Amino acid sequence: MRHLLSAADLSREGALELLDVAEEMAATQAREIKKLPTLRGRTVVNLFFEDSTRTRISFEAAAKRLSADVITFSAKGSSVSKGESLKDTALTLQAMGADAVVLRHSASGAAHRLAHAGWSGVGVLNAGDGTHEHPTQALLDAFTLRRRLAERAGGDPARVLEGARVAVVGDVLHSRVARSNVLLLETLGADVVLVAPPTLLPVGVGTWPCRTSWDLDAVLPDVDAVMVLRVQRERMGGGGFFPSAQEYTRRFGLDGRRLRLLPDHALVMHPGPMNRGLEISAEAADSPRSTIVEQVANGVAVRMAALYLLLAGEDAA
Amino acid sequence: MSTTDTPAPTGAAGEGAAPPVLVRRARLLGGEETDLLLAGGRVARTGPGGSLEAPDGARVVEAAGLVALPGLVDLHTHLREPGREDAETVRTGSRAAALGGFTAVHAMANTDPVADTAGVVEQVWRLGREVGLVDVRPVGAVTVGLAGERLAELGAMATSAARVRVFSDDGRCVHDPVLMRRALEYVRSVDGVVAQHAQDPRLTEGAQMHEGVVSSVLGLRGWPAVAEEAVIARDVLLADHVGSRLHVCHVSTAGSVEILRWAKARGVDVTAEVTPHHLLLTDELVRGYDPVYKVNPPLRTRADVEALREAVADGTVDVVATDHAPHPVEDKDCEWAAAAMGMTGLETALSVVQEALVETGLLGWADVARVLSSAPARIGRLEDHGRPLAEGEPAHLVLVDPAARRPVAPEQHATQGRNSPYRGMELPGRVVATVLRGRPVVLDGALVGEQPDDAHLGASRGAPHGAAGAS
Ligand SMILES: [Zn+2]
Repeated sequence: MRHLLSAADLSREGALELLDVAEEMAATQAREIKKLPTLRGRTVVNLFFEDSTRTRISFEAAAKRLSADVITFSAKGSSVSKGESLKDTALTLQAMGADAVVLRHSASGAAHRLAHAGWSGVGVLNAGDGTHEHPTQALLDAFTLRRRLAERAGGDPARVLEGARVAVVGDVLHSRVARSNVLLLETLGADVVLVAPPTLLPVGVGTWPCRTSWDLDAVLPDVDAVMVLRVQRERMGGGGFFPSAQEYTRRFGLDGRRLRLLPDHALVMHPGPMNRGLEISAEAADSPRSTIVEQVANGVAVRMAALYLLLAGEDAA
Repeated sequence: MSTTDTPAPTGAAGEGAAPPVLVRRARLLGGEETDLLLAGGRVARTGPGGSLEAPDGARVVEAAGLVALPGLVDLHTHLREPGREDAETVRTGSRAAALGGFTAVHAMANTDPVADTAGVVEQVWRLGREVGLVDVRPVGAVTVGLAGERLAELGAMATSAARVRVFSDDGRCVHDPVLMRRALEYVRSVDGVVAQHAQDPRLTEGAQMHEGVVSSVLGLRGWPAVAEEAVIARDVLLADHVGSRLHVCHVSTAGSVEILRWAKARGVDVTAEVTPHHLLLTDELVRGYDPVYKVNPPLRTRADVEALREAVADGTVDVVATDHAPHPVEDKDCEWAAAAMGMTGLETALSVVQEALVETGLLGWADVARVLSSAPARIGRLEDHGRPLAEGEPAHLVLVDPAARRPVAPEQHATQGRNSPYRGMELPGRVVATVLRGRPVVLDGALVGEQPDDAHLGASRGAPHGAAGAS
């Protein structure tokens, strides 16, 4: 794996391999000594042009547990400006001998540019670019889903997600998590339905490999998992995407009543951070079906696997 | 092509002093081989190929196999001077224009300061005269500072030495319907035209690319076709209501074509242009996030490209205009959202038109002369451009080798901009010669009388070019 920029970069085999490696990584994390020597002497740079403490910490922990040297660079603020040149930063990192860059950036496509503009030869791992993609989030969601569904039904782990029914609910338009999840879940054979007000579905969504619906109540009884997306009010400058927070919650929020529409085994997922009371109620977020805390823990194992395949994959294969 | 001549006076000498030029065996508008004797800035004589004798002291241009067209006229060029001389100057832009086969260009008003007074348009016009490679016709701003609030002194610009006839806030849309109405009405008194950059500002806030399938996947904010079409629909109705002439810049969507077709059928006095890039490229190219493909209006879909080609062929779209928009490297060598919008176009326009419209059988060379010369000259009220290549007419012409094919190498372009979207693409056609008022300014595909210092100006940004020159 040269770069991980989009969930579409992963074939079915590649995605399953990454999830299997993540299982192995997770197993080591149950041990007393969590640290592995795998990436000793390699340098991973966490380049965060956009604030995201959760993702940054998760990647830092993943790199450190693989014994990599970790340098974290956080640029304050998230605005795109000439003052924070992505190119100059890339050249600096190259000079510093970085082996891989984990990039978080407010501009869609920033990771593509870092990987392909000819500025440096460093491997790039996209940790969220604007409203484009966030592939490791999709991987950790798939990892979590696969584990839970396998615990219940058993069977070949390579096939657990085939035919799994997943509803992705909410602010699809601004969500990099939704884009990556649709692509990865399609690759793994799941059946995805997006549920959102029409204003929060992008023009062109009809060509995505999934179905869409405006009726959450009708969808919930037939799913294995519901992924609730964060309403990204900070990206809704013009406003007017929905009449009011109250109406959004009434029509698209996952509350206690809707929780009871789900099949008994169905999971409740959220990539965090949550707007409690808007897209998800406390009852839903804290219910036994919720995998939200587990998703955070699994994030470290999945990111260990991604870094491992990016940096040590060739040697190991 | 080869030329033989006695040394001719060059430089600042008046046109009358240029020696006669005999163009031999050029295929006039792609038709019969014809000899053209150019003297005194005019076409003095024409005759069947090989029939004319060269007068004493004449320069002979052998043009067998080449197509002769009237000098090209660009209705939409960003020369960037004054204010952004790091992107382009009147000199470098004129050089690019001449090499692209143009003998006249309309320099857009979005400079710094804005070309919204007689003083600024006269400055640009004088710079163009000093360079002397093409006729530079400044476009005047419609509103003061392009701010869309009150009319600039359109009359003063029209009666200035620059004789402005095209007015545009290009880069911005004259969005206020009352202001647009007044502008359309007012320019009638100077035989002018408002060239509208049709873009609803609210529907395109923060827009990064065409809104559709590709934007949904890339997570880039969309620039919907309706934001262009709604403004065009309003403007053709306004122009109809007040009986004015309207020109629509860089039409980019199939829907815009339909509205224009309807308006023309209704008798509205509207003309429209399309850029070369909207005739060839689509939004699929954005998938790699390379900002060389970032342009306003954005690259659209294959269906739009097809509709635009048809529209040029059937006359719904009157003109191909470059929207040549050079940018310094640093304004493109960054992430998509931070990059400037625009593409260079002067040196590739004719090749793209050949690729998209001639080789597809949609246009013949006489049609090319119409969309790249006579129609833009008529819209811009440039009386002595876009004329037929006939006895007594002004001697502006371009000789094209239609059989040539070559990959585009932006480093070798005369424009300062390296932001050509055609880099590496093999395109047909090559401008061999450009003649302005009887004086060859381009011969054998190079500027005439090029001094090394002049060449340096154009090549200074392209290190590879300098390296090649040293070998
Ligand atoms: Zn424009």
